[in-house]
Amino acid sequence: MSMQDEAKPLQGREDMIEVIGLNKWFGNLHVLKDVDLNVKQGEVVVVLGPSGSGKSTFIRTLNALEEFQKGEIHIDGINLSNDVANIEAIRKETGMVFQQFNLFPHMTILRNVMLAPIWVRKWKKDKAEKIAFELLERVGIPEQAHKYPGQLSGGQQQRVAIARALAMQPKIMLFDEPTSALDPEMIKEVLDVMKTLARSGMTMVVVTHEMSFAREVADRIVLFDYGEIVEMGEPNEVFENPKHERTKAFLSQIL
Amino acid sequence: MNNNETTTKNEMAPPKSSIGVPGWLKQNLFSNWWNTLLTIIFTVITIYVVKGTFTWVFFTAEWSVVSENFKLLMVGQYPDEELWRVWTALSIFTALVGISWGVWKGTMGHVSIFLGVVMAITMVVPFIAVGSRIWLAANIGLLVLGFAIGKQSEKLKKPVLVGWFLLVPIGMFFIEGFGLLNEVSTNFWGGFLLTCLIAIISIIASFPIGILLALGRRSNLPIIKWFSIIYIELIRGIPLITVLFVAQLMLPLFLGDTIELDKVLRAMIGFTLFNAAYLAENVRGGLQSLPRGQYEAAQALGLNKAKMMTFVIMPQALKAVIPAMVGQFISIFKDTVLVSIVGLIDLLGMAKKIIANPQFLGTQMESFVFVAFVFFMICYLMSYVSRRLERSLGVGER
Ligand SMILES: Nc1ncnc2c1ncn2[C@@H]1O[C@H](COP(=O)(O)OP(=O)(O)OP(=O)(O)O)[C@@H](O)[C@H]1O
Ligand SMILES: [Mg+2]
Repeated sequence: MSMQDEAKPLQGREDMIEVIGLNKWFGNLHVLKDVDLNVKQGEVVVVLGPSGSGKSTFIRTLNALEEFQKGEIHIDGINLSNDVANIEAIRKETGMVFQQFNLFPHMTILRNVMLAPIWVRKWKKDKAEKIAFELLERVGIPEQAHKYPGQLSGGQQQRVAIARALAMQPKIMLFDEPTSALDPEMIKEVLDVMKTLARSGMTMVVVTHEMSFAREVADRIVLFDYGEIVEMGEPNEVFENPKHERTKAFLSQIL
Repeated sequence: MNNNETTTKNEMAPPKSSIGVPGWLKQNLFSNWWNTLLTIIFTVITIYVVKGTFTWVFFTAEWSVVSENFKLLMVGQYPDEELWRVWTALSIFTALVGISWGVWKGTMGHVSIFLGVVMAITMVVPFIAVGSRIWLAANIGLLVLGFAIGKQSEKLKKPVLVGWFLLVPIGMFFIEGFGLLNEVSTNFWGGFLLTCLIAIISIIASFPIGILLALGRRSNLPIIKWFSIIYIELIRGIPLITVLFVAQLMLPLFLGDTIELDKVLRAMIGFTLFNAAYLAENVRGGLQSLPRGQYEAAQALGLNKAKMMTFVIMPQALKAVIPAMVGQFISIFKDTVLVSIVGLIDLLGMAKKIIANPQFLGTQMESFVFVAFVFFMICYLMSYVSRRLERSLGVGER
């Protein structure tokens, strides 16, 4: 599927994520203000922005880990409402990777990866195990399958977390600062896995502070500030020629 | 040159710490005149106490009060001709312990050996009836046989777990009869048997109720939440004795004439209701100790609430509170002695009844020491198993 996707221009594809006029409040705090964003199938969107600007909150509304008060979200055509069935359907389509890995410490790596396929996708154990091993192979740690998360390094744990999310065969992957809790020497191994994933045609929304990753992999950069999207465009445009003052300020701090 | 220095440094063994017995004594017990004095005083006291205890246990004490009433202390008035049913229930238990030992090794092995030793000792004590000796021998045989069978195959794990789940209903069937065997009314239950039955049934029954209450207390639905809070706080605010009285006197009022619950069942219900409230608080503590990321990861994977709780949250929460839960179980086991207040005759009640008999005048010490010894053995076993379980499950390591 990857070859075809590479060849086909993004413009022609259908929207995987559609966000229209999204607003969210924490109590009186207005954290997301009229956010509009469409993500095409196979597109990689990197979300940047200063701390507290609402990046995490935004990405977490996409799979209903946070509720929102106003606006609309459609994931692969499914309307994200309060309907439990819709939420479950959307969560089946989206995988999420967290800053703190959040592996289940009481299960082996293999069982972490197999859990959801068996109980949500209802696969047979053999099939789930076969696919789990394929995925662990793909993220480069098949030999750790029978260890527990606590016995792995941070980078390895995060790669397991990616494999666990992929095991559900999602159409969309969400990453919330996947490398921020890692020691520098482990960041690369995780970013490499993510790059491969992006090239295979996965639709991805990535919150990160890794500018090299953003430049190299992103199809589009979205910059959040105070809960708003202040700038959106291709990496070259945004990095070389930012239009908005706040983008310039943010980039000058980071680069 | 510099390089060489770092790589060729010889590895050294750690310095020897063994200083020998005299050295240890000197360092720990006789390091100065003050320590020496303390050591001498405590040695004298210890010798005095040990000698006194020894003399009493082996020479002064009249153990005949225990030996002559052994059956009463163990099973109360349970009819002799039906005793085989208690033995059968015990044998099923023993067989399960044996098989579990073979399948899981580890802690179950220690439990098996404990059980085997207790049975072996009981078997050779002079005052035990011949029939009982045969049953005990058979039980030890079952233990070993179970181990041999369990060792053969890993596949037995599931059947054995099912067996443990069925143990209580099957055991109760044998002991009470449920209309299929001659009914042995609960009036005849007593002694250690009654203590164990009340403790086991109420611990098992309170487990699911406690978990539901803990979840209820964290529920978003106000009715469920407030019901759980009120229930838990109410029960925790009432002494156990009062709960037992309420169960004895009020339950029949609530239930009307149609359903007649017997006394033992009412006591079991009282203990269950009481235990459930405490268990709920333990479990809630475990739930609170889990980081929010665990819930979020499970949700993000698409697990619904029930599956998230079953596979991700509860196993971790329960594991974290094993020590607290076992503490609660131990205290329930000991608190069963309170049933004598509502007219049931448990192990302690039986001992008190026996020493009220003029024939055994002046043997309180012996009776109570025996009762204390039995309680200690069981409670220590529970606490030991809990510690082993904690270690093998790695509680505290995340
Ligand atoms: N559960 C919550 N309750 C109340 N306020 C919250 C909650 N979560 C986040 N906030 C607030 O919402 C705002 C946006 O937070 P968010 O975590 O989305 O920022 P972020 O862009 O991800 O920042 P960072 O780069 O530090 O992760 C912040 O002001 C934060 O304090
Ligand atoms: Mg964040």
